[in-house]
Amino acid sequence: MGAAIEFRDTCFATGEGRLLLDHVSLDVEEGSVLAVLGRSGSGKTTLLRTVNRMVEPTSGEVLVRGQRAGDLDLIALRHSIGYVIQETGLFPHFTVERNVGLVLEAEGRPRPERTHRSHELLQAVGLEPATYASRYPHQLSGGQRQRVGLARALAARPSILLMDEPFGALDPLTRSEMQDLLKGLLQSMQMTVLLVTHDLDEALYLGDRVILLDQGRVIADLRAAEFVDSPQPEVEAYVRAHRRGERSAANHSGAQPAPPAERRG
Amino acid sequence: MEFFRQYGSEIATLTLEHLWLAGAAMVFATAVAVPAGILLTRRPRWAGPVIAVANILQTIPSLAMFGFLLPLPWLGDRAARIAILALTAYAVLPILRNTYAGIRGIDPSVIEVARALGLTDRQRLAMVELPLAASFILAGLRTATVTCIGIATIAAAVGAGGLGELIFRGVASVDNRLVLAGAIPAALLALAADAVLGLLERWWRVPAS
Repeated sequence: MGAAIEFRDTCFATGEGRLLLDHVSLDVEEGSVLAVLGRSGSGKTTLLRTVNRMVEPTSGEVLVRGQRAGDLDLIALRHSIGYVIQETGLFPHFTVERNVGLVLEAEGRPRPERTHRSHELLQAVGLEPATYASRYPHQLSGGQRQRVGLARALAARPSILLMDEPFGALDPLTRSEMQDLLKGLLQSMQMTVLLVTHDLDEALYLGDRVILLDQGRVIADLRAAEFVDSPQPEVEAYVRAHRRGERSAANHSGAQPAPPAERRG
Repeated sequence: MEFFRQYGSEIATLTLEHLWLAGAAMVFATAVAVPAGILLTRRPRWAGPVIAVANILQTIPSLAMFGFLLPLPWLGDRAARIAILALTAYAVLPILRNTYAGIRGIDPSVIEVARALGLTDRQRLAMVELPLAASFILAGLRTATVTCIGIATIAAAVGAGGLGELIFRGVASVDNRLVLAGAIPAALLALAADAVLGLLERWWRVPAS
């Protein structure tokens, strides 16, 4: 299978000359999930946003399904790419149903088709249409809102899904439910996913591949299964930072064996 | 009673005239200020200077404004035109400012998603920005309308008619009844407009999520 997304020497510099993406070259296999880790400000979000041209690279290029993103029609490109963000960005004046069908509405599809697709997707994300279709976003919990955001992103059957810390604002239990939901959906739909996250566990659980960004550069690019045991110092440091609580609790109880991340330390 | 028999129909005529002056000014001001406000959200760099100019217009004393406009040749001796132009100038600022602030105040993540999902600029404006800014824009219209109805009483100074006519006449003839016959309907008009637009504004308010 080919690459759904290819970054070719992609750079992005801010107006003040700060380099947010520093010669990123990377292929994302069709149908795979690439998890993007890194500190705040490491360029994760910027990388994601070059794919749907919310950000245009200052040099280098991004290829989507083999074609330069810059050459494609902007609106058609965006219709073909799902987009989910932490804040959900649901339209507060639209019902859940209309929110979900928005991309189809923008494409001018007839109403019955939109309604049908909305209900189908609400069902898929675990929201009973009879109960939720006519609600407004402010009548939903955080987890439900994120489900609607996910359903909206899938409405036009995109082949690429961009997710920017989609579950970052949710409590751990809701978050793990959402991760399971997404994992299930990805098994039934052929989609390439770029998942920006702060959560190592999420990256390992959902990602086929995990990359670590630092100051706009890809400093690690590993299969998810290899990430935790990578001897690379930056990766080790990242993994260790995630496991502090685990270790500290183990030390207090005294009897627990050291977790894997510490063995090497 | 005697007073009403004498002035009743004149009060009615002048009230209609007053509404016409304020109403026409509001139509022009809305037609100018809403698109201008939208344009400013696309060019936020201009927002400061443009709103400053509108602010300055607002600070000109209304009597002086009517005076300034009197000698303009293309207005001729059509007093109503002068009055409507002056009222428009006063109404522009609140509408412009609220349109701009209303759209700029929308949750950025909503705008971000609207763009990222591939809404065209026009769709984003019509489906997202205007509906979400509607209560703000209406609040601007409300302020502008009340201001216009108040200032329209000065229009009588340039002979444009309206309820100010009675007020000026009452002042000149030291007849408080005439002053009140102009002032009370003008105040009632302002209150009524305020109430109606206030209802619309509440109707359009979108609950925060």
